[in-house]
Amino acid sequence: MQWGSVSEFFAMGGYALYVWGAYVVTAVVIGAEVVALVRRGRTLRALVGRSSHAQSD
Amino acid sequence: MGFTNLNIWKYSSPQTFYPLAGRMVPWFMGVAVVLGLIGLYIALFAAPTDFQQGDAYRIIFIHVPAAWMSMFTYLVMAFWAGIGLAFNTRLSSMMAHALAPTGALMTFIALWTGAFWGRPTWGAWWVWDARLTSELILLFLYMGYLSLVAAIDDPRRADKASAVLALVGAINVPIIYFSVKWWNTLHQGSSVSITRAPSMASIMLTGMLVMVFAFWAYSIAAALMRVRCEILERERDAAWTRELKKS
Amino acid sequence: MAATAGAACRAVVARDLLIAARRRSDVLTTFFFFVIVVSLFPLGVGPEPGTLREIAPGVVWVAALLAAMLSLARMFGADYADGTLEQLVLTPQPLTLLVLSKVLAHWLTTGLPLVLVAPVLGLQFDLPGDALATLLVSLLIGTPALSLIGAVGAALTLGVRGGGALTSLLVLPLYVPVLVFGAGAVTASATGMGVAGHLSLLGAMSLTALVLAPWAISVALRIALE
Repeated sequence: MQWGSVSEFFAMGGYALYVWGAYVVTAVVIGAEVVALVRRGRTLRALVGRSSHAQSD
Repeated sequence: MGFTNLNIWKYSSPQTFYPLAGRMVPWFMGVAVVLGLIGLYIALFAAPTDFQQGDAYRIIFIHVPAAWMSMFTYLVMAFWAGIGLAFNTRLSSMMAHALAPTGALMTFIALWTGAFWGRPTWGAWWVWDARLTSELILLFLYMGYLSLVAAIDDPRRADKASAVLALVGAINVPIIYFSVKWWNTLHQGSSVSITRAPSMASIMLTGMLVMVFAFWAYSIAAALMRVRCEILERERDAAWTRELKKS
Repeated sequence: MAATAGAACRAVVARDLLIAARRRSDVLTTFFFFVIVVSLFPLGVGPEPGTLREIAPGVVWVAALLAAMLSLARMFGADYADGTLEQLVLTPQPLTLLVLSKVLAHWLTTGLPLVLVAPVLGLQFDLPGDALATLLVSLLIGTPALSLIGAVGAALTLGVRGGGALTSLLVLPLYVPVLVFGAGAVTASATGMGVAGHLSLLGAMSLTALVLAPWAISVALRIALE
């Protein structure tokens, strides 16, 4: 383990802005992609399901 | 009828691939999460502070995997687009369309983390380093592909036209990389690439490798999720989609 | 009685040149666009001769790129609209050769004028004589590649909305290697270094484009006309 304390971990040897700026944005981007895909999938499956109910009348 | 090679084409139709992809997504996502956590542990805890670059070098554990995935995804995208063009298979073209946004996001991550790495290490947010400049042009290639697909209304024409574009782009990627690399050395003399990694302890290499596979598994999962959406959108008038249970 | 491929190609070139001669404004617009863009840079950057000499190769080459791109819509646009392109695709002669003829005609009316006027513009930037010669040669070798690669983009976006901006987005990244080595050759010449390497690479790119682009353009045209 590298870090003496939690605050040292967050400070990243003075480079906190850069390291966390990079890591956090990456996490946000990937998270956003996953969320968008899940929502898109759900919407489409509901849409397709709805039209099938309409057809079955 | 005893042709065993018929099985190869079994999953080449959207209808059969859709459930297969659905079963594959959780596995690849799971692998991505597990490898990602291990990689992050190594990146942020186990790997020692670098002598020259301090803790800023830890960005490498994201930057390099993202950059590799951005380039690899483009090639895979061009491959499926080419298959779709050559064999007239819709699903192959859909796969190419599904890969593009993920590849573009990887390129963006590579550029963003590259800038955040460059600032503390070399003093500027953007340095016309050969690899970063090539990544920028790769982003333009992805944007071009996505714009072309979006601009053409007829899906089949969009499939084929974007396939030609992807193939032309794929051939050009090494040419572009080589010319940018040359341009960079000419104008900066012997200055070092900002994205050259510090000479790496083996733990660092392990961490990077783990993250590469994590990004790879994630990209596959995301592309499979997106191709399922593409399939539903394109095939919504087909009978089999109406049989789907809401999940 | 079917014409030979050679006669068909000559006919295509002659027709396109005739059309360009009748619609001179198209050709002149591209030409003057090039001249104006080059002249804008000193206005933006300042008249200091040292700076201008340094940026001249890049400025002239980028302006050539932009002028080439602006003219791309004209390559197939008019023929696509009036049905001539369909006829061209249906003829028994090899489409790749006919396409090559169209690109040749386009280059003669768009690229060649740029090549000829560039040294004069280079004088505006106080480039030395050797560099002016290199400028001419590099553009001579490089603009065919611009026309060929640009034709691929033009064929892919025929009749697609988004028009010129979309074609530019597709084509400009592919132009980067030509730009790098073209401008690089002139810079090398201006600073007294060897230009053979740059020019040979530029030539290699044009030759590769000459071989590969017609196929891609033909495929793209067939896709557009389906």
